[in-house]
Amino acid sequence: MSSAFFISVLAMGGLGIAFAATLAIANKKLKVKEDPRIKKILEALPMTNCGACGVAGCAALAELLAGGKADITACTAGGQEIADAVAEALGVESVETSRVLAVVLCRGGHAEAKVGAKYKGDMSCAAADLTGGEKLCAYSCLGYADCVDECEFDAMDMSPNGLPVIFYDKCVGCGACAKACPRDIIEMHPEEHKLFVYCKNRDKGAEAKKGCSVACIACTLCVKDCVSEDGIKMQDNLAVIDYEACEQDDSSIKRCPTKCILFDEEESVTREAYYSSLPGKAIGD
Amino acid sequence: MTVILVFLSAAIVNNLVLAYFLGICPFLGVSKRLDTALNMGFATTFVMTLAAAITWLINNLILVPYDLPFLQNVTFIITIASLVQLVEMFIKKTSPPLYKSLGIFLPLIVTNCAILGLALFEALREYTFLEGLFFGVGGGFGFTLALVLMAGIREELEFAEVPESLKGAPMTLLVAGMLALAFMGFAGLLSV
Repeated sequence: MSSAFFISVLAMGGLGIAFAATLAIANKKLKVKEDPRIKKILEALPMTNCGACGVAGCAALAELLAGGKADITACTAGGQEIADAVAEALGVESVETSRVLAVVLCRGGHAEAKVGAKYKGDMSCAAADLTGGEKLCAYSCLGYADCVDECEFDAMDMSPNGLPVIFYDKCVGCGACAKACPRDIIEMHPEEHKLFVYCKNRDKGAEAKKGCSVACIACTLCVKDCVSEDGIKMQDNLAVIDYEACEQDDSSIKRCPTKCILFDEEESVTREAYYSSLPGKAIGD
Repeated sequence: MTVILVFLSAAIVNNLVLAYFLGICPFLGVSKRLDTALNMGFATTFVMTLAAAITWLINNLILVPYDLPFLQNVTFIITIASLVQLVEMFIKKTSPPLYKSLGIFLPLIVTNCAILGLALFEALREYTFLEGLFFGVGGGFGFTLALVLMAGIREELEFAEVPESLKGAPMTLLVAGMLALAFMGFAGLLSV
């Protein structure tokens, strides 16, 4: 009995020591030098792997940052806070980041846009776009929330009117929603941009008006009213703002008959305010 | 001849995952995508083969001669754990791309009960060293096969219309059960 005890203790102890020794030696011999900053940068990054920076995931970006191959503002989703943290991890001075935000450039919801067909296929915008969707306007929001599904940051939802709403307290500007939209209705803009044409319809005025009450009918009033020269142009029956030339003010929006060009409408929407404004709906519903 | 039978038995007839229900955790956890399933399968096969060889040596050179088979569980666990550590360090040093592609799967293998099961079966069935080695390769191959089959089915399932209440884990478990049932068709063909 006692000899079995000693033998087993000896055997286990011996094996344990043998393994420990092997691992200790291996640890010395097979040591790989790693940049310690990579780990620090990784801790600073949001780790959502959204891909907005153009690199495959946060780990890959951290390596680029440590190697000096990316700007400290490279993390689009991170904003100023993360840029500061990355700068600290790298031991360099932080710089100002400019915020990029998503804007939904269509206001043709259930109330505004007329429906011309019934769609019964797969409930995704990508699929519905192949058939043309339900609305008469072929440039409008399809309303099946592909963009909301893509949002990693809880910054979007579909309004009761059937249009996506962006909560600007949550939006980090990763651009996932813009990529998901098959009709390119969602655009990414720097936050200095305040003036937007909320329509993508390129049909002639009468036809556009038939499909939707807030369509751009190419009346050119905004073009005439705009204080900056060539700030707004008509391209294929649609008013297009040239952000380099156009001063961001409300001079051009006043006479718009369909109210599809608006100034400073965005960024006031926050997640909490939006949900508390909906009757009988709480956050998380 | 027996080595081939041992291999086939471990890989298909007595598949560790689908006949013995070992290693269910990675089987369900890492079978979402085909390429990660393959990577996990290769990593596991590699460790299984090594573990089969080393646990055979420990069992037949230390445990059996000194009449200590009751220590098998403990010994095999520490053997596998240190083996995985060693393999991880080795791969990290020699092939960073492989290390990256295996990623989290390598350390996960430590807790894979299919490997401990393999080592214990090997001792229980008193294989020769060569048979044990083939048992390890076969077990790894069978594990990879199960993972890849599951991943293939689950990738297809992404496009299927699954009832709301069965989405996710319930559907995966149903599929796993059906796969195991299908493999039951091989039962009894080989008992090496």
